[in-house]
Amino acid sequence: MKVLVAVKRVIDYNVKIRVKADKTGVETANVKMSMNPFDEIAVEEAIRLKEAGKVSEIVAISMGPAQCQETIRTALAMGADRGIHVLTDQVLEPLAVAKLLKAVVAKEAPQLVILGKQAIDDDCNQTGQMLAALLDWPQGTFASKLQLETESAKITREVDGGLETIEVKLPAVMTTDLRLNEPRYASLPNIMKAKKKAIDQTTPETLGVDIAPRLTILQVSEPQKRQGGKKLGSVEELVDKLMHEAQVI
Amino acid sequence: MTSLVIAEHDNKSLKGATGHVVSAAAAIGGDIDLLVIGADCRPVAEEAAELTGVTKVLLADAPALEHATAEDLAALVLGLAKSYSHVLAPATTFGKNFLPRVAALLDVAQISDISAVDGPDTFERPIYAGNAIAKVQSRDTIKIITVRGTAFAQAKPGDKTAPIETVSAPEANKVSHFVGAEIAQLARPELTAARIIVSGGRGMQSGDNFKLLESVADKLGAAVGASRAAVDSGFVPNDYQVGQTGKIVAPDLYIAVGISGAIQHLAGMKDSKVIVAINKDEEAPIFQIADYGLVGDLFQLVPALDAELAKKLTNR
Ligand SMILES: Cc1cc2nc3c(=O)[nH]c(=O)nc-3n(C[C@H](O)[C@H](O)[C@H](O)COP(=O)(O)OP(=O)(O)OC[C@H]3O[C@@H](n4cnc5c(N)ncnc54)[C@H](O)[C@@H]3O)c2cc1C
Ligand SMILES: Nc1ncnc2c1ncn2[C@@H]1O[C@H](COP(=O)(O)O)[C@@H](O)[C@H]1O
Repeated sequence: MKVLVAVKRVIDYNVKIRVKADKTGVETANVKMSMNPFDEIAVEEAIRLKEAGKVSEIVAISMGPAQCQETIRTALAMGADRGIHVLTDQVLEPLAVAKLLKAVVAKEAPQLVILGKQAIDDDCNQTGQMLAALLDWPQGTFASKLQLETESAKITREVDGGLETIEVKLPAVMTTDLRLNEPRYASLPNIMKAKKKAIDQTTPETLGVDIAPRLTILQVSEPQKRQGGKKLGSVEELVDKLMHEAQVI
Repeated sequence: MTSLVIAEHDNKSLKGATGHVVSAAAAIGGDIDLLVIGADCRPVAEEAAELTGVTKVLLADAPALEHATAEDLAALVLGLAKSYSHVLAPATTFGKNFLPRVAALLDVAQISDISAVDGPDTFERPIYAGNAIAKVQSRDTIKIITVRGTAFAQAKPGDKTAPIETVSAPEANKVSHFVGAEIAQLARPELTAARIIVSGGRGMQSGDNFKLLESVADKLGAAVGASRAAVDSGFVPNDYQVGQTGKIVAPDLYIAVGISGAIQHLAGMKDSKVIVAINKDEEAPIFQIADYGLVGDLFQLVPALDAELAKKLTNR
């Protein structure tokens, strides 16, 4: 069984982002970029399935500028078999990403596509669901456990009230939540090996996909800052403040 | 201009999240139809009909919809969506699961997690874990939107009762079905609805130690939350997680105990009215946003706080 994994290049989760002075976006020059953490979990899950003998090939795909190659290399170093890079410098909204993925799915015919539940830059949480809808495939979002069989999958999902389990027929789309697994670090020998693995490059035009954005970003601004930092000396003082100053208890 | 709001409920009563979405729809303007999808859920529709601002309630009630899948919810909503200018659902795991499917099938963008309405086609939404706010304008004919509950007041029952119309559901899909759920039985208020939250992090060291927080929570009528580290360590279940990728909360009072204050945690609670931090590390980032901080060992401070609350709150 073939698995397709979508990996997005995003500003590293440890970076404290800065809004550009002209309010057109956030500063990305000289900022550390990494694979979206949920996508690392997606790659890890695919590798574990391969190690368990349930999956024969893992294809990692990333869409965006030339540097996305690095993100694909990371996936290859972790254990993916080959990469696909859809090259574009345009802004990609989730709907466009889903359409590109659909076009690639038509060529690659995977039985399972794994995505992160959410990209930590746009915080959209849409792409996997959109892809599933466009393909008319079932979906298992926010997965914390996967039991993959040859024709179906049982997926345990993190929902607001706790956990929910569903069963889907393959082919299907799954999106990862934090507790699905703990992604491995790529070892040095595997990083070297990954340099020899193939990355195919294509473009939205070649795939015949219209990626024109539907939303115009009018402005990106900083959120209101909180004035914190006041320290108190005792719990008695705290309870007094909460009762009489803040009046919240 | 008419909005369609998809109600979140448990087949018995409406979830609070729905009321926040109705307020967001009211800010957009025009009529508001509210769609209730479920099994044996007419009481939910009756409750929805009382909400201020609701013009009409649509009820899709069928046994197969008891645990409707994203596939089935999307198919049903898709059938109705074309007669609306806006389709809205809460940005909860319920809304996030099916609404993007509707958007894709209509070939329109989804605007996720809006925190303000600036006009019928212009919305604000947090990005980068709430460290930036994007103002976006949609060019699509139908706007598909999920709503951040904490950013909008909750619509309350008013003096008018909206009419209820039934709608039929398409046949259930054959590729996906519900198997089971482990839904926590809460002895305390739900996180997103609580007025006060006491949250614990890795500093709590064990699930057993959360009893210290529960005791405080019970005195305050509070909910108990947690950081990702506390959930990942198995101290508490996943539904306790507050943050960028957990629940977004904005209570009157948030007490963070043994939580360092990572960006991803702050993303879920920094809009709380009053924040208290208890941490032994005076450099912990949580103090930068806390209105009141206590530096010290939580295993001394929390029991002391508990005792002080017992004393002060009973003497009132
Ligand atoms: C993609 C992604 C998504 C994430 N989503 C979330 C999310 O939704 N929510 C979330 O919370 N995190 C999230 N995180 C994780 C986040 O980055 C932090 O790792 C996490 O919030 C840390 O939890 P913590 O503060 O409990 O633990 P730590 O950072 O380890 O802090 C523990 C704190 O406890 C204090 N402490 C220890 N012992 C005591 C004591 N005896 N008395 C007093 N204080 C004590 C320490 O001084 C320290 O400040 C996410 C991370 C990623 C990469
Ligand atoms: N440009 C991209 N390249 C590869 N994968 C992507 C891209 N954008 C989104 N994805 C995938 O879609 C998931 C959800 O993204 P989003 O819907 O934007 O929150 C991510 O975790 C990725 O798996």
